[in-house]
Amino acid sequence: MNLVFRLAWRNLWRHPRRTWLTTAAMMFSNTLLVFMISLQFGMYGLMIDNTLQAFTGHLQIQAPGYKDDQKIRQTVADIVPLAESLRAELPSVSIAARGTAFALVSSEERSYGIAVFGVEPAYEPDVSTIPGLVSEGRFLGDIDAPEIIIGAALARNLRAGLGDELTVLGSGRDGSFAAAVVDIVGIFDSGIADVDRSITEIPLGLFQDVFFMDGSGHQIVINAGSIDGVAELQSKVGSLLPAGQDLVVHDWDALQPGLKQAIKADMSSAFLMYGILVILVAFSVLNTQLMSVLERTHEFGIVMSLGLTPGRLGRLVLLETAIMGALGLVLGAVLGGLVTSWFSVNGFAYPGMEELASKFNLPARFFPQVSPLTLLVGPAVVFLFTLLAAVYPALRLHRLQPVEAMRAV
Amino acid sequence: MTAVRCVDLCKTYRQGEVDIKALDHVSIEIKEGGFVCLSAPSGGGKTTLLNAIGGLDKPDSGEVYIAGQRIDNLSKGELAELRLRQIGFVFQAFNLIPVLTARENVEFVMQVQGVPAGERQRLAHAILDEVGLAGLEDRRPADMSGGQQQRVAVARAIVSRPALVLADEPTANLDSKTADELMELFRELNDHHSTTFVIATHDKRVMGYAKRLVRMLDGRIVADIKQDAA
Repeated sequence: MNLVFRLAWRNLWRHPRRTWLTTAAMMFSNTLLVFMISLQFGMYGLMIDNTLQAFTGHLQIQAPGYKDDQKIRQTVADIVPLAESLRAELPSVSIAARGTAFALVSSEERSYGIAVFGVEPAYEPDVSTIPGLVSEGRFLGDIDAPEIIIGAALARNLRAGLGDELTVLGSGRDGSFAAAVVDIVGIFDSGIADVDRSITEIPLGLFQDVFFMDGSGHQIVINAGSIDGVAELQSKVGSLLPAGQDLVVHDWDALQPGLKQAIKADMSSAFLMYGILVILVAFSVLNTQLMSVLERTHEFGIVMSLGLTPGRLGRLVLLETAIMGALGLVLGAVLGGLVTSWFSVNGFAYPGMEELASKFNLPARFFPQVSPLTLLVGPAVVFLFTLLAAVYPALRLHRLQPVEAMRAV
Repeated sequence: MTAVRCVDLCKTYRQGEVDIKALDHVSIEIKEGGFVCLSAPSGGGKTTLLNAIGGLDKPDSGEVYIAGQRIDNLSKGELAELRLRQIGFVFQAFNLIPVLTARENVEFVMQVQGVPAGERQRLAHAILDEVGLAGLEDRRPADMSGGQQQRVAVARAIVSRPALVLADEPTANLDSKTADELMELFRELNDHHSTTFVIATHDKRVMGYAKRLVRMLDGRIVADIKQDAA
């Protein structure tokens, strides 16, 4: 072992209690950071997956401009054959075509304005969780059948139930009057009031017929399974689109800009807290190293008289701090990794979390996501700030004069 | 060849409201291979002169030359380099690094000098043997007697064979027998390696070993006597 390293190591253990206390502070903060960052990333993963898998999907093919101004005339022509050909080209991902319109839906007693989605009954369950949320009745069957599924809140508002008829009235693609009578075959309950109150689904064939879509639709929704590799898939899908047809492929970030903003806002507040924690630890290290330097003033005077420059002494102090920081990093990352791994298998919950989580379409237990990034990013920042905290004590050594230093007790 | 030359050195310390002249126009020249004792009562200026020669403290005025090189105008870093390569120090209070063993204390300076590990270990072993500490290499200072610690300090000071060794009251914390042994060691090194020794002391027996005795009083040299050493 290098003699300077040995000296630094032994200097650390001149006051074992003080060194252990400082190392324990680093270890604790590193463990906490590993757990919190892993939990956060796990939550974000769940938020993204749950939100995108609920309805939006990871990618959507649309007509240009449709995303920002949803006009019924901005269509994707021959949408079902196009979705079919994409399914053949991309067998590993889920693909379904949709049409969207706004209409007035009436029961015998009441009428409400709603969004009507024409969906492919055979493929919609692969890109949306709504079919799986049907709590009464069933999901749609035939692509041309005159049937509808509605949310539980809308059913209550309309005072309608399974088997009841609803009248759908709206404007067709060509501006003509669109009307249909459909039977309620299913009622879904997503737990999200807005969704349950305002969304309905009918078969895509019926939708195209009622709204005079002439074989067109508005979106082809693609569920990639996870957000990893979405960018690659996006460019692949773009290359598979028919030449001569003006279409765009939007990714989930463009389709749900609020989702990333919500995550960024949450991250900002969380990182502010982490920052405070790291600064507290840095001050603890600063205190330790400053004391360590002050009490060794005499000794530093001796080694300066032997020919050591203040720069070398400063590096010795930084080395001592780096060793202590590395100890805190390794212990914190290991302990944090063990604790977080246990929770990543068994989940993490606290009282009242179920209610809160349901509002954000999240499950009642969170599962931290352990990765090299979540294991190391927090401890690495603590390590960096630990070193920064030692810069001041190290710089103080430059002011030392050998004779004055040797007079110190 | 001149090992040390000081020209008209002045140094004043302020103690409360009083200015104390630690060096008052001191000039001295010491030849290579010299064995000089600076003797003075406490506060007479011997340690201040030693510190000025060693580049540990800067004089207010005057010039200091080591082996012909002017050093009083050097930077902190350049002075450190000079001490590292050319000067060995022995202090009254031994001043060993407490967390290092005897061998590591001796090796430490060589490591800073960039001596390879194998060479360091060989030299440290040899020098500790030479100062009579064979078998005690792995003891830490706290586990050694005062005399043993001072021998380690001497070994540390001379292991790199510096041309000049400055010793400040090296025997002050030693019993008479150990002090004699230390001075014998100094003389042996002086005789065999031509190392120049400048020793600040007020111990009459130490003065007896010197080839040249420089007496100081109130910051001035009052006597400069060549003598037959013991």
